Amino acid sequence: MDKNRKVHQFKNPVLNWIEFRLPIISYFKKEYGDYPMPKNCNYFWSFGALATITLVTMIVSGIFLAMNYTPHTDMAFDSVERIMRDVNYGWLMRYIHSNGAAFFFIIVYIHIVRAMYFGSYKYPRELNWILGVFIFLLMMATSFLGYTLPWGQMSYWGATVITNLFSAIPFIGEGLKTWLLGDYNVGNATLNRFFALHYVLPFVIFGVVGLHVAAVHVHGSNNPDGIDIKTNNDSVNFFPYMLIKDTVAMCAFGVAISAVIFFGPNLMAEVDNYIPADPLVTPAHIVPNWYLAPFYAILRAVPDKLGGVLLMFGAIVILFVLPWLDRSKVRSCNYRPIYKWFMMGFFVNFFALGYVGMLPAEGLYLLIARVGLLYYFGFFFIITPFVGWIEKPSKLPLSISDVYAKNITPNIGGGEKGIPSPAMQKDTNL
Amino acid sequence: MAKKPKNKRRDFLQLSTVTLGAVGTAAFIWPFLKSMSPAEDTLAAGSTEVDISAIEEGQSITIKWRGKPVFIKKRTKDEIDAAKMVQASDLRDPQDDADRVQKEEWLVLVGVCTHLGCVPLGQKVSDMKGEYDGWYCPCHGSHYDTSGRIRKGPAPKNLDVPPYTFLNDNTIKIG
Repeated sequence: MDKNRKVHQFKNPVLNWIEFRLPIISYFKKEYGDYPMPKNCNYFWSFGALATITLVTMIVSGIFLAMNYTPHTDMAFDSVERIMRDVNYGWLMRYIHSNGAAFFFIIVYIHIVRAMYFGSYKYPRELNWILGVFIFLLMMATSFLGYTLPWGQMSYWGATVITNLFSAIPFIGEGLKTWLLGDYNVGNATLNRFFALHYVLPFVIFGVVGLHVAAVHVHGSNNPDGIDIKTNNDSVNFFPYMLIKDTVAMCAFGVAISAVIFFGPNLMAEVDNYIPADPLVTPAHIVPNWYLAPFYAILRAVPDKLGGVLLMFGAIVILFVLPWLDRSKVRSCNYRPIYKWFMMGFFVNFFALGYVGMLPAEGLYLLIARVGLLYYFGFFFIITPFVGWIEKPSKLPLSISDVYAKNITPNIGGGEKGIPSPAMQKDTNL
Repeated sequence: MAKKPKNKRRDFLQLSTVTLGAVGTAAFIWPFLKSMSPAEDTLAAGSTEVDISAIEEGQSITIKWRGKPVFIKKRTKDEIDAAKMVQASDLRDPQDDADRVQKEEWLVLVGVCTHLGCVPLGQKVSDMKGEYDGWYCPCHGSHYDTSGRIRKGPAPKNLDVPPYTFLNDNTIKIG
């Protein structure tokens, strides 16, 4: 043990006693008290905090739901109805949990849009982005597993369709599917293990979120101008400034989610899921949860089983390598006059894919899905590397404080092609 | 680069420790993975006997076998002819109608779409039967013909024919 370790001194002797044995007080002070946030961060930067709060809400409401839920094919549907009708405030727990899942995805999608538009995935935050995509994958898996639990028609057939995706894999597919299900079709073994996994995965997510936050705290948050903090003038302390700002965002979020929970709790639910699962009758139209619909649209846009499955998973996996596809050193799209529009096009396209993913795969909808699929992959493989190469970024401000200096006007198309502004040179030690 | 004998011994010890550890871990994981496969009672889910005497020509019934729907259809003359007319080589999953039935008026199929596992429509008179007058899967638009063969849409294979035997003229044993 290092005898020269400098122990932080606080006024409170209890804190000192703890700090000497476990330096957790100074850790929190450093990471959540004095932690410098770029002072130009807008409300987009509150969605990480919102996502964390939502995760905790989901875990808490889920634990209380589990106290009254029965994971058995004969009883699952009825136990959920019992939660709705007989358990005290059971309806509230369930509506918080089901709508919380939808809002979790809304928040995380906005968080991802933020990271993409302002280039938060770039050096030196690549690993942070990878951890984020990993969280996103875990979230999709967890929400799919959870959707099976009420054992309604959509639960059953959604589970059937998704697990059948694995049967598309050559040679091992059928065996893998049977192993995942524990039966030859979705049955009691499946429901039991889905419940077990749905319970444990959120804690895994919680762990990865810990790494995600720790990673962002190493180099600090990105900001709308995508330039680094240089002096104390560029930043504000997390406490109290950002905490208050996040609290305001949280209040707004609370109003929005309460409006849905109390006045439209089934807005985002499928009517068919209030019919008990029937293995002999498929609903006329299987609809995924809206937050998975863009990927479902990609699956259906391909007229080949294996091809569709590969592209659907590929659409998520491609996100992992985005930091290396984008060659531009300029982070924020605010300073990228060409890429900015392609980026917005990507968001619109993703939304359109989601829309057609909820509709039958035929005629115009199928055409839109196919065009959307082309743009989705074209954006990553062609547009992103190519635009980074030909684009002339606008002149970056010298520092974050500079952004607020009145005499600086955005100089569109200013900077020399290929030569980063002085600010960027200092940032990245080019 | 030649190493001293002493280092070689250390390398050997290190390698054998790691190898043994890896094998041991794998052996330990195996029972856990295997426990997720279908259990013995699931595998033992036996056979089902079905009385088919009440089925009229052109009619079709759905029964449950090992948790899956099985279609038993008594085909009409037209349907049999339509199924026989097709050249197997023109199909995505080439199979003659004769290879899919034991008695040509009786068609027995696992009613699970080979795409993503939905139950195709076509069992009821009022159902959509698709462009080939057999079955139509509403999930992703696969069309099956009167022999349950895939003709159009994303499904890669024909509807499965389960193992079955005619116990007598009026009873089929499936499984």
